[in-house]
Amino acid sequence: MTPEHIDSISKHPDFQQLIRRKRRLNGSLTLTMLAAYYGFVLLVAFAPGLLGQSLSGGVTSVGMLVGVLMVLLSFALTGIYMHRANRVIDPLNDKVRQECAQ
Amino acid sequence: MNWTAISMFMVFVCFTLLVTRWAAARTRSTSDFYTAGGGLTGMQNGLAIAGDMISAASFLGISAMMFMNGYDGLLYALGVLAGWPIILFLIAERLRNLGKYTFADVVSYRLAQAPVRLSAAFGTLTVALLYLVAQMVGAGKLIELLFGISYLYAVTLVGVLMVLYVTFGGMLATTWVQIIKAVMLLSGTTFMAFMVLKHFGFSTEAMFASAVAVHAKGQAIMAPGALLSNPIDAISLGLGMMFGTAGLPHILMRFFTVSDAKEARKSVFYATGFIGYFYLLLIVIGFGAIVMVGTEPAYRDASGAIIGGGNMVAVHLAQAVGGNLFLGFISAVAFATILAVVAGLALSGASAISHDLYACVVRKGQASEQEEMRMSRIATLLIGLLAVLLGLLFESQNIAFLSGLVLAIAASVNFPVLLLSMFWKGLTTRGAVAGSMAGLVSAIVLVVLGPAVWVNVLHNEHALFPYSNPALFSMSLAFLGAWAFSVTDSSQRASEERGRYLGQFIRSMTGIGAAGASKH
Repeated sequence: MTPEHIDSISKHPDFQQLIRRKRRLNGSLTLTMLAAYYGFVLLVAFAPGLLGQSLSGGVTSVGMLVGVLMVLLSFALTGIYMHRANRVIDPLNDKVRQECAQ
Repeated sequence: MNWTAISMFMVFVCFTLLVTRWAAARTRSTSDFYTAGGGLTGMQNGLAIAGDMISAASFLGISAMMFMNGYDGLLYALGVLAGWPIILFLIAERLRNLGKYTFADVVSYRLAQAPVRLSAAFGTLTVALLYLVAQMVGAGKLIELLFGISYLYAVTLVGVLMVLYVTFGGMLATTWVQIIKAVMLLSGTTFMAFMVLKHFGFSTEAMFASAVAVHAKGQAIMAPGALLSNPIDAISLGLGMMFGTAGLPHILMRFFTVSDAKEARKSVFYATGFIGYFYLLLIVIGFGAIVMVGTEPAYRDASGAIIGGGNMVAVHLAQAVGGNLFLGFISAVAFATILAVVAGLALSGASAISHDLYACVVRKGQASEQEEMRMSRIATLLIGLLAVLLGLLFESQNIAFLSGLVLAIAASVNFPVLLLSMFWKGLTTRGAVAGSMAGLVSAIVLVVLGPAVWVNVLHNEHALFPYSNPALFSMSLAFLGAWAFSVTDSSQRASEERGRYLGQFIRSMTGIGAAGASKH
């Protein structure tokens, strides 16, 4: 890519929209995952008793459910990302590539 | 000698050698060797990534941890898994858009080739070799126990097969060995978990209740225990596992084996699914073993310890739910798992030598395909030899600290610089090298001064560094070093490097100009 080409792509409105959308999608999902995981780690460190409580009167603890939910959340977030990226980001990216091809 | 296990393992070896012969005929260029020509699908790559993560260490180690401490075992599993969404959101697609063969391609994209590749290759080789030693020693002991052959033969056999897969079949054979093993391990553990659940009438509550009733720690196994009672250690371990995974060179390399960013994205989606599913099965296997292995005197020796050591509970459980035939299958799978993982490690180490050091630094990009291919095969052979030698040398050493050290180093040496090179315009060559070195030195020093080495290996009374997990500190130092040495860099080269960021950013976001799949 020549300097002029780089300059024209970076000023292209579709490219700027692509960057905004990607940042919003990736940023919000990253924050969700970090908050969930480190929230869990802090719970383990500061309130292990809370996780040890019985879930519904039986032996199964709240922590066990939270652990399983963490696994499901990780998978769900990658799924949401893939769905959004395929449906919204990729078409926009293709458009940028087409318009900016030299 | 366990003949069922040996014959099943022989079938696996013969089959994977046939796969290697098939792959060898398709491995002609450097692109074939390093990245299987970039033509794998997201599903295939996802299975291979999952295979790299669900190693013998996690299958035997995490189930053993649950057997001993219950819930604490789950914390390790979750730390590794939680890294995958982050890898997907932050680095997977950018990595694919910017690199060709190794993650050093990405870090050195706009920086000076020689110093950056040298430090990245150094980081790769440190991680690959330490990881190989841990795998080799674990493999030797496991195979000695399961198959009744000597440690020396076991380690040599692993070394020879690893070199055969990689030198002849390159990334294509390495990936397919990993995929075959991942499918075998996932099917085996699914069957085990199913049989355990059947034993408890498909009620997890009944399973947990029986486990609590027979375990010495009682109800405490259902809650986090002493393992992570210190908040600093807990956060540090979490950081190390999450970002260590994102800094493992043999994992990062897998993102170049698919055709584009879209397939890279798909790979992580599938990998996260498979890894998560596997860890859910491990909960059932670990807690099931507390009842089905723990209360069975046949699996304990005269002194009451588990035969073969704590890591063998999953293997005993296989015998308990499926008899000797299934025991043979799981033993063969455990061996296959080690082979598949060491092959990936050897390939990433070899690529650091032949691509980063030889082709890019020594020959300054002037080496021909044939020369680079020849060097990659020599490098594989050297790494194989070194792995066997180190495996023999460390046979009776306490190396439990190694797996933690590997992740801490990967999180501190590779990850910070990789992330900054993609996200921060200000990173310069000087900053990248300083950051890597700060991470490497601090991770090693803090592990040595910490309880894992200073107390458990060197037998001192008190650790000089109180935490077992250095990642929180060594990662911070790496980021700090990279930042401080970049912002103070006022050289002409540094300002040119900052100027090249916009072009790199456009390519990383859109894929314009990215390396595609080779055509054959």
